Amino acid sequence: MVNIISDVCKYIIIILVVWYTVGAFTALQKRDREELKWIYYRQNALIFLLHGTGYLVIVLNEKSLEMVIFYVAQVIFFSVYLLLYRSIYKKSSMILLNHMMFFLALGFIMLGRLSYEKVTRQFVFACIAAIVTLVVPQMFAKLKAARLWAMIMGIIGLLALAAVLVVGQVEYGAKLSIQLPGGFSLQPSEFVKISFVLLIAVLFRERTDLKRVIFATGVAGIHVIVLVLSKDLGAALIYSMAYLFMLYVASKKPLYLAGGFGLGACAAVAAYFLFSHVQTRVEAWLNPWPIFSGKGNQIGNSLFGIATGGWMGQGLYQGYPKLTPVVESDFIFSAISEEMGAIVALCVILICLSCLIMFITVSIDLYIPFYKLTGLGLAVVYGTQVFLIIGGDIKMIPSTGVTLPFVSYGGSSVLATFILFGIIQELYIKRHNEEDRIERKKRKQEAASLARERAQAAKKAGGEATAK
Amino acid sequence: MVRYVFVGLFVCLAGYFAYFVSFGSSEVIKNPLNNRVKNMANIVVRGEIRDRNGVTIAHTETGEDGKEVRVYDFGSVFAHPVGYMSKGLTGIESLANLDLLSSHVGFIERLVNEVMERKNLGDNVYTTMDAGLQEFCYQALNGQKGAIVVNDPKTGEILAMVSTPGFDPNNLDAEWDSLTSEDNQDGNLLNRVTQGQYPPGSTFKILTALEYMREYPDTYQDFSYECDGVMEYGDLVLACHEGHAHGTVDFKGALAQSCNGAFATMGLSLDKEKWAQMCEDFGFNQELPVDLLYKQSSFVINNESTDWDVMQSAIGQGETMESPLHNLMITSTVANNGTMMVPYIIDHTENADGEVVSKNTPMEYRKPMTVEEAEILKEDMISVVAEGSGYRAASQYAQVAGKTGSAQYNSTGGMHAWFTGFAPAEDPEIAVTVIVEGGGSGGEVAAPIAGSIFDYYFGR
Repeated sequence: MVNIISDVCKYIIIILVVWYTVGAFTALQKRDREELKWIYYRQNALIFLLHGTGYLVIVLNEKSLEMVIFYVAQVIFFSVYLLLYRSIYKKSSMILLNHMMFFLALGFIMLGRLSYEKVTRQFVFACIAAIVTLVVPQMFAKLKAARLWAMIMGIIGLLALAAVLVVGQVEYGAKLSIQLPGGFSLQPSEFVKISFVLLIAVLFRERTDLKRVIFATGVAGIHVIVLVLSKDLGAALIYSMAYLFMLYVASKKPLYLAGGFGLGACAAVAAYFLFSHVQTRVEAWLNPWPIFSGKGNQIGNSLFGIATGGWMGQGLYQGYPKLTPVVESDFIFSAISEEMGAIVALCVILICLSCLIMFITVSIDLYIPFYKLTGLGLAVVYGTQVFLIIGGDIKMIPSTGVTLPFVSYGGSSVLATFILFGIIQELYIKRHNEEDRIERKKRKQEAASLARERAQAAKKAGGEATAK
Repeated sequence: MVRYVFVGLFVCLAGYFAYFVSFGSSEVIKNPLNNRVKNMANIVVRGEIRDRNGVTIAHTETGEDGKEVRVYDFGSVFAHPVGYMSKGLTGIESLANLDLLSSHVGFIERLVNEVMERKNLGDNVYTTMDAGLQEFCYQALNGQKGAIVVNDPKTGEILAMVSTPGFDPNNLDAEWDSLTSEDNQDGNLLNRVTQGQYPPGSTFKILTALEYMREYPDTYQDFSYECDGVMEYGDLVLACHEGHAHGTVDFKGALAQSCNGAFATMGLSLDKEKWAQMCEDFGFNQELPVDLLYKQSSFVINNESTDWDVMQSAIGQGETMESPLHNLMITSTVANNGTMMVPYIIDHTENADGEVVSKNTPMEYRKPMTVEEAEILKEDMISVVAEGSGYRAASQYAQVAGKTGSAQYNSTGGMHAWFTGFAPAEDPEIAVTVIVEGGGSGGEVAAPIAGSIFDYYFGR
C-alpha cells in the first residue's frame, strides 16, 4: 500500500512544483502589488501542499511518531516565520520570501528521506538562522553610513579564511571548516563571501580610478589565494566572479571584465598543473567510469541516479540516492532528480533562475552605488554558486563541492543564505523608499542644472561672437 | 549585461540537463557499474527472455525459501546471444537488463501484490531469434570450433547466433574457474559471431569485385585471366586454392571458381584510396551499429601498401580481419538491394499481461552500393552455388546465392572454412554466415552446413 501511495504522491509533487514554477515566472512579469499578493497566497499554499505530500510519504515509510511530530514542528516554523516576517517587513518581496520557504521545504523533504538525524539538525540551524536574520534587513539599512563597519567585517572575514587555512580540518581533500566546541563546525567561506561583497562595494562606491582598482584587486586577490591554498576552489571561483562583475559594473569598462576572465582562465590552467586534487576532479569529470571505484564514484553514482530516475523519478524511498557519497550536501540535486524526477529538478534550476533575475532587477533599479554594487555582487555569488553545484552534479563541469543554497545540508550554508536573502530583501524595500527617491531626484536636478549652465555658457559665447 | 550572462549560463545548464535525461541517460543506465538497476531486483521478479514465437529461453524460478534462480531452458544453445547475469552481465541479459527488471503490470495487480507482499513480475523480452533454427544451427556445428549467424537481410533481425565451444549458463558458477583459467585456450566465453576476428578469405572477393566494377564500368565484363593454378607477378607467387588450375576465367567465372590469381590481378589494377574508402563505407575500420560486445573489422590498404599487400588483400588475406556478423551484414547488403540494415536482436518488450511496452523497428544503416550493383553481384553469387565452389550449399527448396572462403590463418596451411550466402536468391528471406575454425575448405566444410540450414528453414 505504501508504495502505491508513494507513487501517487510522486505525481502530485511534480504537479505542485511545476505549478509553483509557473507562478514564479508569472510573478516576474507583474509589478502590481494586488496581483502579486494573489500569486503570493497561491504559492504559499503550494509550498504547504508540497511539504505535506512529501512528509506523508516520509511518515508512511519511516512509520515513526517522531517524524509526525517533526512535520508539525516544521509547519509551525514555516507559519510563524511567514507571519512574523510579513508583519515586520511589510514592503519586502513576498515572492522572494516564498522562494526561500520553497527551497527550505524541498530540502527538508529530501533530507528527511535521507537521514532523520541530518534533517533535524538542519531544521534547528534553519530556526536559529531565521530568528537571527529577522533583523538583518534593519541592520543592513544602517550599514550604509558605516563604511568602517564593512571594513572591519571585511578584515575579520579575511582573518577567518586565513584561520581555516591554518587550523581547519580536512574534508574530502579540502580545508573548509573550523571545529568549534560542542561538535559544531563552522565554514567561514560561506559568510565571508557576503562580507567580501560588502567590502568591495565600499571600495568601489565612490571611485574606480586605477589606484583604487589596483588596491581592490589586491584585496580580492588575497581572498582568492587564501581560498585556493585551502583547496576551496568552488569558493575561490565564486569570489572571483563576484569581484569581476562588481568591478565591471562600477567602472563600466568591459576591458576589465575581459582582462579578468583572461587572467582567470590562465589561473585555472595553472591550478590544474599545480594541484593534484584539481587534476583528479577534472579526470573524474572527463571520464568517471574507469575510476569508478575511486575518484569517479561520486559523479558516476550521481549520473546513475539521475539517469535511472528519468523525467518522472523513482519516487521517494524507491531510489538509491544514498549510494552517492555526501549526497546530502554536494549532491542533493541528484537525489532530488533521482527520486522526485528530472521535471522537479529542472524546476529547481528555473526557480533559482527566477530568484537570480529578481536579484539583478532589484540591484539595477537602485541608484546609490553601494546598494547597487552589493545587490549585484550577491546576485553573482548566488548565480555562480548554483551554476557550479548543479553543473558539477550533472557532469557539465568538473565538480567543485559547493552547496545548493537552502536545499543542501549544512548549517553555515543555511545561515549565510538567510543573510544573503535578507540583504536582498532590504534592497528591495530600499528601491521603494524615500532615500532612494531623493537620491534620484538629486541626480536629476544636478543633471538639469548642469544642462542649464551649459546652455547659458553656450549662449554667452554665442553673444560674444556676434558682439565682435 | 550581467543578466544576460547568467540567464545564458542557466539556460545552458537546463538545456544540458534536459539533453542528458532525454538522450544521454540510456547509455548510463546500461553501464554495468550501475548498481541501482541491480537493486531493482528487490521489488521485481526478473522477466523472461523469449524467442520470436514466445518460446521461453530464460526465466526466473523462485524457491520456497524465496531464493531466485535464473534458469536457461536451452542450456548452452543460446549461451552467447542471451548471455548470463551471475558473473556480470552479457548478451541480452545485459542489453535488456533494465527492461527485465522493470514492471509494467496493471495498477490493480500492483495493488494486490502490494497487499499480499509479493514482488511484481518484470517485463518479458522477446528476441528476434528463432529457437528451432538456433537449435538446428547449434547441432549443425556439431561441436566444431566455429560460429553461425543467420538474419533476415531485409530487416536486420538476427534469427540465430551460435558460437562454439560455448558454456552452459546454468552451471556457470561451477565452471567459471575452469572457463577463465589460463590453460583454457578454447575461448568458451567469447562470442565468435561478434568478437571473433578472422581473415575473410575469398568471401571478401565480393567487395574486390564490386570495386573493380566501379573502376572499370565499361570493360569489367571483358575481364579475362588465364589461370594455371599459380600466379607469378614479378618475383611474387600466389597459388590458387589447392593449386587448382581454373583455365580461362572471365569476371563472373573468377568469382564462381574463386580464382585467387584473377582477383589479385584485379586488385593490382585498383585505386588504393578508392578501394579503402569503399571498404570503410561497408564498415571496415569503423564502429558498427551493433549493441552486443563486438570487435571492429580491419582493412589495411593505403598508398604505401606493397604489391604483395594488395594481392593478399584482394583475396581477403593479409591484414584484413572481419567478424562473422560483419561478413553477414555485407552479404545481406547484396541480398537487400544494396541497403545495409542495422542488425538487432531484441524485437519487443511486453508486460506480464502480454501488452507491448516497447518495440524495435528495422533501421537502415547505409546504402554502400546501388540496386544495379547488388543485382550483378547477386547473379555472380548465384553462379557460385549453381556451378562453382559453393555447390554444396544448394538447397532443394530454394535457390541459394553465396560465396565460399578458405582463409589461411597460419603459415602451415591451416584454413578457416567460410560460407556466406542467402536464399531464396530472387526474394531473400534469410542470410547465413558459417565459419568453421581450422575446418579447411569452405566449399567442402562450411557450404554443406549452410545448405542444411537452408533445407531446414525452408523445408520445415
